[in-house]
Amino acid sequence: MNFLADITNALPETILVAFGLSALLLGAIGGDRISGLLRRLAALALAAASVAAFVQFARGESISAFASAELSPNGLYRVTLFTLFAKGVTYAMASLALFMSGGFLKSAQMERYEYPLLITFGSLGAGLMLSANDLMTLYVGIETLSLSSYVLAAFRRDSIMSAEAGLKYFVLGALASGLLLYGSALVYGFSGGTGFEVIASAPTSVGLIFGLVFLICGLSFKASAAPFHIWTPDVYEGAPSAVVAFFSTAPKIAAVALLANVMFVAFGPHIGSWQQIIAIISALSMLVGAFGALTQNSIKRILAYSSISNVGFALIAIAAGPELGAAAVLVYMTLYVIATLGLFAGVLALRRGGKAIDTVADLNGLVKTKPGIALGLLILIFSVAGIPPAAGFWGKLQVFTAGIESGMLWLVLVGALASVVSLGYYLRLVWAMFMKPAGEPMDRTDVSVAAIVAISTVMVFPILTIGIQFLLNAATLAAGG
Amino acid sequence: MTGPMILTLTTFLPLVGAMLIMALRVVGGPAMASGASKSISLVASLATLVASLVALSQFDANAPGYQLVDSAPWFAGSSYKLGVDGMAIALVLLTTALMPLCILQSITSIKERLAEYMIAFLLLETLMIGVFCALDLVLFYVFFEGGLIPMFLIIGVWGGKNRLYAAFKFFLYTLLGSLLLLAALVYMSIVAGTTDVVVLQEGLHPETGALLFPPEVQTWLWLAFFASFAVKLPMWPVHTWLPDAHVEAPTAGSVVLAAVLLKMGGYGFLRFSLPMFPEASMLFQPMMFALSVIAIVYASLVAFRQTDIKKLVAYSSVAHMGFVTLGIFSFNEAGIQGAIFQMISHGVISGALFFCVGVIYDRMHTREISFYGGLVHRMPVYAALFMLFSMANVGLPGTSGFVGEILTMVGAFQASTWAAAGAALGVIFSAVYMLTLYRRTVFGEMTNEKLFDIKDVTGLEFFILGLLAISALGLGVFPGIVFDLTEGSTMEVLRMIGR
Repeated sequence: MNFLADITNALPETILVAFGLSALLLGAIGGDRISGLLRRLAALALAAASVAAFVQFARGESISAFASAELSPNGLYRVTLFTLFAKGVTYAMASLALFMSGGFLKSAQMERYEYPLLITFGSLGAGLMLSANDLMTLYVGIETLSLSSYVLAAFRRDSIMSAEAGLKYFVLGALASGLLLYGSALVYGFSGGTGFEVIASAPTSVGLIFGLVFLICGLSFKASAAPFHIWTPDVYEGAPSAVVAFFSTAPKIAAVALLANVMFVAFGPHIGSWQQIIAIISALSMLVGAFGALTQNSIKRILAYSSISNVGFALIAIAAGPELGAAAVLVYMTLYVIATLGLFAGVLALRRGGKAIDTVADLNGLVKTKPGIALGLLILIFSVAGIPPAAGFWGKLQVFTAGIESGMLWLVLVGALASVVSLGYYLRLVWAMFMKPAGEPMDRTDVSVAAIVAISTVMVFPILTIGIQFLLNAATLAAGG
Repeated sequence: MTGPMILTLTTFLPLVGAMLIMALRVVGGPAMASGASKSISLVASLATLVASLVALSQFDANAPGYQLVDSAPWFAGSSYKLGVDGMAIALVLLTTALMPLCILQSITSIKERLAEYMIAFLLLETLMIGVFCALDLVLFYVFFEGGLIPMFLIIGVWGGKNRLYAAFKFFLYTLLGSLLLLAALVYMSIVAGTTDVVVLQEGLHPETGALLFPPEVQTWLWLAFFASFAVKLPMWPVHTWLPDAHVEAPTAGSVVLAAVLLKMGGYGFLRFSLPMFPEASMLFQPMMFALSVIAIVYASLVAFRQTDIKKLVAYSSVAHMGFVTLGIFSFNEAGIQGAIFQMISHGVISGALFFCVGVIYDRMHTREISFYGGLVHRMPVYAALFMLFSMANVGLPGTSGFVGEILTMVGAFQASTWAAAGAALGVIFSAVYMLTLYRRTVFGEMTNEKLFDIKDVTGLEFFILGLLAISALGLGVFPGIVFDLTEGSTMEVLRMIGR
């Protein structure tokens, strides 16, 4: 009875587990013949999980499950409005990323039944780590996501780049997991428990702070914040584009929200110990992301640095603390992942002679050959860059407000500097699309991918301030819950 | 949404036109869209002009405060609030009146991707009008920074050879200033709990009635606003983006840049810096005087050495904007009235000068001064019109340039003799470089044989330049039209800074 209640409380994850396990069985029987079907079903299951998370969000209460008197009285699994919101966006992004990758998978001969399964299990891991109310759940969630991610990065086995990306990701990821575990052990040792409430109520001690620092290192790695970002450009460049579209959206918002959740909930009372660390990581990320991309030619590498920089911006809000920053983190990351999804949809949609575009020069003169997509990408780029009237600006405004209100003006000024520098490469993309003479004609565009570009563009379109208001209200609600 | 809606209509009419062209472009393809874009953009800009004239007719120059206010709640302390005072509506009219002329000029001179060009241009018009109408800091910022995107595209896509450099420099320079403004704006909204310009101008907390920004805080906020407006204006030493942008932009782009975009800086000082940070403004008065005088003298000297006509006019713009800041920071009626007038007048004159450059550039595709000479023999009408605008730029009595310069200097003289004396030096220099330019391009023997069959102005060009000539002379003879309109807002600024 109790178990059944726990299962229904964790409804989004239950859906994913149920689907994942049955699909595994189906795949084992049907093999690659039903991979297309499985991909569509997985997208549906993820969409259903997203809807379930948002329904729970709309009901407006924190839910806990799998409580155990000795280990964690408030539940190993506990979702607040904050994590529910992040979870809903995460699943939605995963669903869309899967939905739009069909054409790419076919043309790259990657349409195998494991692919949708790995995405499903990866998203499940992202959801689990967001629901963590205990360092053990957190570790299980992170590893579920990471193991799926390593395989996904190396999914194109015959490509050296892809294999290299997978291996790099794995080696560095394993190191980060080690740091995370070591940190967890220290925290456990000095606080006497692994549950977030226990950690929060423990007195601040040197050992706890050591553990905290290791935890931050591990989590920053997952969120690709500097100085733990080194893997990001290589993995983005080497992994198949459809996989990167997933990496840069669903796990990204999940990792940042997780970092926020751990800091706010488990280490909330110890804010004095971590505020400066997060602030410095934030400043480094913004600068590394801004300067690093200036000399890059590969679109995917540029987007990798852009994600590092944008995570840095979101970290400003985390450094601002739970009261001031929680809503800003959600608004910023939501707008960022929506725009990024659209950008990657553009990268996936544009193929020349069956080959996906790669360098900035491949975008040359896009406005003449594909004006609709070029216009969409223009708006998305300005949204990611945070230039008004595109929606990304509202995220930046929220983050800057949180930063200044918490007295970290210097961090906001670093952010302003990074914005200007990063415009240098965002404008290069615009430059290529709009101002260079057109290259060879592009292949026909997938309808589904073009649809994603259109949806993302509409979501970040300036006129829809009502939507932004809705997002702000929801995020504020989430931050309060 | 409450309010008469006329300003909302004026602001967003061009956007409607842009959307229409965009829809045609997607549905009907480039050929059909570029044909239709001519009439659509012209109609949209004329409709905007009519709407702004309706707004003017409803505007009561004698009533205090902001009028025709449209407001609607937005989010988190910000609101969608548009409204104008005399200064704002004068600048709106300048924008809406120049736009149809720019579009007319572009229809003939822009050869490729006309539909996209018109979309960018109409979008830019919406953003420019929005800047002058916005009565909420966040809304202002959205319009202010949003304007960078279409202008970047206009310079980058339809610009000259070196457009890459110019477009990037324009964007990044302006953005850096804007982001400091954004930081200041965020701070102000946190302290005041609102971004309503009217509340912030009064400087008192809406609930407690306490002073919002003590003098030492004002100093920093003022500097942040200064960073943004000084780049936009532009003031020496952050003016270097302007000559590049002007040289590379297409003719109509240069016109809009000089006539309207530069005015946002001066407008920003008068609307935000002075009323919101009066103590800091006083504190920085000597610095602003110094920078203004340096701008006037230095830019004039640099203008004299230019070999490119557009660059020369661009540096002359920097010098004339020096008069605007000089007038604003005199903190007296003559100075501020003069500064506003100078902004309007410079909008007309520099716009006209860039059109003049465009006329010969469209024919010869070069802007080198040494290429030309003796144009008067082949283009007498052009020579006459160019003469008029050169004289207006120098500030000859009877033209609008004279009124603006003399008033700002009178204002500055009351505040600082030295500053006025320095500025007067600039007036002499401006005669030197403008007359030299005129002599070298228009007078003398025509020696360059490529020029032998150059044609005089076409009917359309005559129409555009003629209208601007009438405006320049009309404003010079009857400056009261503008003064009556802007007196209320000048007095309001003076009241807020306590003079």
